[in-house]
Amino acid sequence: MLNTLLPILLFAALGLAVLGALRRAAMWRRGRASKVDLIKGLLAMPKRYMVDLHHVVARDKYIANTHVATALGFVLSALLAVLVHGFGLHNRILGVALLLASVLMFVGATFVYLRRRNPPSRLSKGPWMRLPKSLMAFSVSFFLVTLPVAGVLPADFGGWLLAALLSVGVLWGVSEMFFGMTWGGPMKHAFAGALHLAWHRRAERFGGGRSTGLKPLDLNDKSAPLGVEKPKDFTWNQLLGFDACVQCGKCEAACPAFAAGQPLNPKKLIQDMVVGLAGGTDAKFAGSAYPGKPIGEHRGNPHQPIVNGLVDADTLWSCTTCRACVEECPMMIEHVDAIVDMRRHLTLEKGATPNKGAEVLENLIATDNPGGFAPGGRLNWAADLNLPLLSEKGRCEVLFWVGDGAFDMRNQRTLRAFVKVLKAAKVDFAVLGLEERDSGDVARRLGDEATFQLLATRNIQTLAKYNFTRIVTCDPHSFHVLKNEYGAFNGDYVVQHHSTFMAELIGHGALNLGQHKGSSVTYHDPCYLGRYNGEYEAPRQVLRALGIEVKEMQRSGYRSRCCGGGGGAPITDIPGKQRIPDMRMDDIRTTGAELVAVGCPQCTAMLEGVVEPRPLIKDIAELVADALLDEPAPAKAPITREPAEVH
Amino acid sequence: MNTQVISLVSIGAHPTSGRPRRAEQDARAVELGLQMAGDKLQVLHAGDIAEPTLRSYLGMGLAQLHVLEQPPGADALPVLSEYLRDAGAQVVLTGSQAETGEGSGMLPFLLAEHLGWPLIVGLAQVESIESGVALVLQALPRGQRRRLKVRLPFLATVDNAAPKPRQSAYGPAQRGELAAHEVEVEADELFTGAVLQPAKPRPKRLKVIKAKSGADRMKAATAKASGGGGQVLKGLSPEAGAEAILKLLLEEGVVR
Repeated sequence: MLNTLLPILLFAALGLAVLGALRRAAMWRRGRASKVDLIKGLLAMPKRYMVDLHHVVARDKYIANTHVATALGFVLSALLAVLVHGFGLHNRILGVALLLASVLMFVGATFVYLRRRNPPSRLSKGPWMRLPKSLMAFSVSFFLVTLPVAGVLPADFGGWLLAALLSVGVLWGVSEMFFGMTWGGPMKHAFAGALHLAWHRRAERFGGGRSTGLKPLDLNDKSAPLGVEKPKDFTWNQLLGFDACVQCGKCEAACPAFAAGQPLNPKKLIQDMVVGLAGGTDAKFAGSAYPGKPIGEHRGNPHQPIVNGLVDADTLWSCTTCRACVEECPMMIEHVDAIVDMRRHLTLEKGATPNKGAEVLENLIATDNPGGFAPGGRLNWAADLNLPLLSEKGRCEVLFWVGDGAFDMRNQRTLRAFVKVLKAAKVDFAVLGLEERDSGDVARRLGDEATFQLLATRNIQTLAKYNFTRIVTCDPHSFHVLKNEYGAFNGDYVVQHHSTFMAELIGHGALNLGQHKGSSVTYHDPCYLGRYNGEYEAPRQVLRALGIEVKEMQRSGYRSRCCGGGGGAPITDIPGKQRIPDMRMDDIRTTGAELVAVGCPQCTAMLEGVVEPRPLIKDIAELVADALLDEPAPAKAPITREPAEVH
Repeated sequence: MNTQVISLVSIGAHPTSGRPRRAEQDARAVELGLQMAGDKLQVLHAGDIAEPTLRSYLGMGLAQLHVLEQPPGADALPVLSEYLRDAGAQVVLTGSQAETGEGSGMLPFLLAEHLGWPLIVGLAQVESIESGVALVLQALPRGQRRRLKVRLPFLATVDNAAPKPRQSAYGPAQRGELAAHEVEVEADELFTGAVLQPAKPRPKRLKVIKAKSGADRMKAATAKASGGGGQVLKGLSPEAGAEAILKLLLEEGVVR
């Protein structure tokens, strides 16, 4: 009886799965076009899956091993099951192989089950709680129905009762694993995830690469939407990416806004986008809500505006664009891209940038700096430093990009310290002076692509006039924008963060450094230096050169927690239960360090905004400048002097 | 409200950089106009149609901005008054003072004189318009408001007491239409014939702080300027007291 029933069950489930896949693909195709090489992507997919994705998953050894066992076991058992039970190839070797595969899968499923016994809050419940049982049903059923094939048991063992039980088990298993995969069950992550890896919008991310610059809007194309208003305004592969979400909640656990009680949860946001692309309400979402916003009150479909239907605007404005979610995501989903896409619509079409947003953008247009300061005062901080101007020199080795910190009194100390270092190392440097404009970082993160492109093209025009080898800046935001986002507008430069540059100077012995005196030090990784540009080592190298042993925070390096200052978050200022810099300061306090070294004007401002008593905040440039010794490096030999005559 | 509202706009200048921008008060005039008339609001500018800053008004969600084309140095007064008379405007809103050009703040007064309309200075809010009469709030110093009844048509200037202008968005700014109107150009003799010279800051009055305590300072900063017209009545019969109060209420227009 099973011999007739199993092929029917298997092929029915597979057929339904194909139907579901076509239906799902039609949903993704509602999105806009995107340039992807379909064939090349599919060919690259297995490697992306087994290397790049595994790399992210392997940060959590438990789930990595579990997943390898379950997924490998499932893929093998599914293939073999189709051969053995679908096509009736009752070969003994195939049977044994199928037995082994289903055992492997069962072992994996057991560990999934154990993880699910008392799941952390970041994991979604609901249908996901059913998944380990479904995995077990699938593996156990196929194990048992294959025993006769492998010759372990006689063909008619157990009679009709067992056969009926097993067919129910197989039905459960294949419904979840085949049919559920394309019709929106938890296994959807495997199907959509594989295709998402193949047709990812940022193929550069695979193979150890990095792609963090936002994609430009073509403002000359009048037919293209300015940002994303409705789910169908995303590109089709973005929609596909949302569908790949496995709801593991690693993003939620890493998100500073979520932890601060601001109404954002990256996981929920992605799931809301899934609701948007398929149509419906968020009532079925079984994870943590946006803090302060009950589940079940939002609905949407592909043709309905997202904001104030599916997602509230303050959710989008809570994001600090710190990329912690993207870094953690094992499915390599691009949350920040999606958020900025939706912000673009709000700013460019609706004129709805909250709080100080509109003012800052107006200032950027009228004064080239977000504070609205007179542009003529851009170099006032260096009035007594006699800085060489590039407009006078015409060429230089190092162009020191000052950034908008020039208008901020706290950051001026950092800038002056860095100039001291540059002078001590006798670097051939110059500044743009009044020709410099805001890099456009804040405008872009606030969704104002037009103002960003205005500033970017003007800066690129200015830079094109001069000859320099590289740009060095103390501001990771300018660093990121100059390095990764000006390229789309034909501005390609060698750009370095000042920590990288100082590490090089120290490496060459160009600086005569003493030791850092006194207090114990920890280091706070700026998001735009670390996660955006992968520079974790240079700042630590500099600190080591000063004789500092960095007391690392638990969340450091690629797991560093944002200071709350990125993405225009201090400007849009969405209220939460606590402030992000306060949480970060608690991280700092736990190390017991008396001083925190930073490398970003935003981080400096945010962390110094925490009420005292708290550890001191110093930029790396300040620490280096403080440790500079006056005499030149080789003069360390004792100066021989005629002894004074004593009578 | 089915009232024909026209807002007049000019090119502003950012206070620190001096670069052209949407003039702050004119933007408030547009905002107030949008709140009153919505899509039916007409916005009017006399000057150069090629000025890109005009688009920042369109960015507030206007479909169209009418421009009476004029070279710099031309007198806006005659063309504006002619246009407003022909357009059948019932409410005309404008900023109190331009940020560029002459910036004398005289335009609304001269316009009102030309048109023979009443002028409200410092309009804060239009409460209602019924059968040709508008009930409006006029902003006075220290946050005070005065309720006025004006017959239509009227002209009003807005200052910083009027609602904050909405953000100008790029999309609508690019899509909006600048409608050119050809007009007869008349040179502004006062402006072109005179020599401009930088203004000297007005000397500041020395501030003598008399207050001894924080409470005094708070009082000095917040208290209403006393008129001195009060009267202290003592030892009167209740009837005489009531009569005096009623008399005052009648004078102030509280009781009619």
